[in-house]
Amino acid sequence: MAEAHGTTRRIAVENLARVEGEGALRVRIRNGELKDVAFTIHEPPRFFEALLRGRPYTDAPDITARICGICPLAYMLGASLAMEDALGVPVSNAMRGLRRLIYCGEWIESHVLHIAMLHAPDFLGYEDSIRMAQDHPDVVETALRLKTLGNRIVEVIGGRAIHPVNLRVGGLYRSPTREEILALRPELDWALEAARGLVAFTATLPMPSVERDYLFVALHTPDHYAVCEGRLVSSAGLDVPVSAFHDHFTEDHQKNSNALVGATRDGQTYHVGPLARYALNFDQLADEAKAAAQAAGLPRVVRNPFQSIIVRAVETLQAVLDARALVEAYEPPDPPCPDITPRAGTGHGCTEAPRGLCHHTYTLDDSGHITHACIVPPTAQNQRSIGEDLRDVVAAHLAEPDERLTWICEQAIRNYDPCISCATHFLRLEVDRG
Amino acid sequence: MATPTPRRPRLAVWKFASCDGCQLSLLDCEDELLAVAGAVEIAYFLEATRATAPGPYDVSLVEGSITTAHDLRRLKTIRRRSKVLVTIGACATSGGIQALKSMADAGDYVRAVYAHPAFIRTLDTSTPIADHVPVDYELRGCPIDRGQLLHVLTALIQGRQPRLPNYAACVECKRAGVVCVMVAKGEPCLGPVTQAGCGALCPRVGRGCYGCFGPAEGMNTAALAAHLQTSRDHGGAGLDSAETRHRFHLFNANAPGFREEGQRHG
Repeated sequence: MAEAHGTTRRIAVENLARVEGEGALRVRIRNGELKDVAFTIHEPPRFFEALLRGRPYTDAPDITARICGICPLAYMLGASLAMEDALGVPVSNAMRGLRRLIYCGEWIESHVLHIAMLHAPDFLGYEDSIRMAQDHPDVVETALRLKTLGNRIVEVIGGRAIHPVNLRVGGLYRSPTREEILALRPELDWALEAARGLVAFTATLPMPSVERDYLFVALHTPDHYAVCEGRLVSSAGLDVPVSAFHDHFTEDHQKNSNALVGATRDGQTYHVGPLARYALNFDQLADEAKAAAQAAGLPRVVRNPFQSIIVRAVETLQAVLDARALVEAYEPPDPPCPDITPRAGTGHGCTEAPRGLCHHTYTLDDSGHITHACIVPPTAQNQRSIGEDLRDVVAAHLAEPDERLTWICEQAIRNYDPCISCATHFLRLEVDRG
Repeated sequence: MATPTPRRPRLAVWKFASCDGCQLSLLDCEDELLAVAGAVEIAYFLEATRATAPGPYDVSLVEGSITTAHDLRRLKTIRRRSKVLVTIGACATSGGIQALKSMADAGDYVRAVYAHPAFIRTLDTSTPIADHVPVDYELRGCPIDRGQLLHVLTALIQGRQPRLPNYAACVECKRAGVVCVMVAKGEPCLGPVTQAGCGALCPRVGRGCYGCFGPAEGMNTAALAAHLQTSRDHGGAGLDSAETRHRFHLFNANAPGFREEGQRHG
């Protein structure tokens, strides 16, 4: 909505579309000069950390999955890893591989949804992907088929695409047979070319030029492109176990926001998600993914947040490559879950949700009931970075008319694939040029 | 909707307190998505499009529960502008997992999560949509089933009455020929009291049903609770009272039947 009253200009986008959840943005411009940018989250709080207290440890994966319908595995696996840490549960290599495979499914599903359905329309000037499909039917149809594959992987292992039922602390209820997993192979073979095509498509999108100096934080393991195991590393040289997360990062509760806002212990803004992973784990990308990134014109470290759409496509290709290898190597974990004896303790679990790092901490009593829960989702960690990006984006586009400025602000927020249900524990854009 | 109209029906999708998973189910209808988008006019669906139309709407799909006074006002406006209102998912039909806060001290919950509770405006309850406005159809599940969603949308577009099962998941499970996890393994299972619709997903992987489709019509929760608490030596599941309460007080904790049965095992 745009209004003009003499010299006062005010834009208000009541509800930001094509994001998961509800948030708001206010921009205040005085005499042509940017005064203030406030990015806030108004998603009604659901108090997950509180309602987990008193529940048995076994409930944590299923309950926390309901934080987010788009990335339930980030919660199910983060909670499981934390409980396994607290209870000293060994996890076999076979189960670790299967977890990475199901997470590849979530990455493919979530990334392709975001690239083709939620974000690409911004770059090409469409209100949504359904309108985009009229001019780019091949892109949207291929994306829908890739997305189906991602969901299929989650269904074959997890029993359901949204809020899977087959996962539990320690592993699974039932291990898929080798035949069930191998049945994914033909579609994964097709997906290789489709994912390369997706990278090439995103590389053709017109890119606003913004350069930001990010402090990147991601999981890292030398063995592969980290998804659900590794250490916490940063572009400033941090390298610590996931159990040290709270020693280095903190969450603040700010006025007018229902999300907690992440920062480093010394007050710095940091950035999690595809750009951080790509910068910190480039060496772990497969040669084909590196080649696709290079062909798409990506530098070794990407500092233009709008190029995150290309990095997501590269990560989709990486997830397809990893999934193919994991399918080939699959042996059913036997037993699907070890015996677990409850005991008191504290555990940490951390995974790379499609939109960035997601950290869990739980404390259990002697009988394995949860006495304390703390979940740090990616969008809360990125909230300050989103605000700072917006400041630069607005400053660079002050001369644009309100409608164009609003559009590019929304596009800049969507660079983060923000998952606001997660961060709350919407977006309203208000530009005040009074 | 009763008589065919020359224009395409106008579909709106609304969100209240929820995880977005149920509206995502619509985007997850990958094979049918472009067909659905062609058969209806998507007048309001923020998760998918920034283009919005003010209404009136022929069909409104409503996800999420009511947890703030602002959301209650918004819901009433949506109802006034909608011919047919369909609630989608456990949050909208029963209050969802966040309804557990209705059963505790909500202030305690705010303090557990937020450093500055004064900044947070929330009701003490998380209530289903039908507590506040008339609802025409409800789709159960946490999340809803894609097939059921397409069935309801197709029926409403064609002006037919949707048909959804009101019998127990147990029936669905038996028809599918799945071995009963409660009889064979002593697994606690809510299948006998939970509405069908998921396709017996949990028993298929050897796990007891955890009730995400909410109470079935005519269920006998007391008989099931007694069985769950019978010792495993005597063919039961050997749960204690807290474990029994946790079974009923999960994603449909505030659904009539599940709520009271859970409270009996406080």
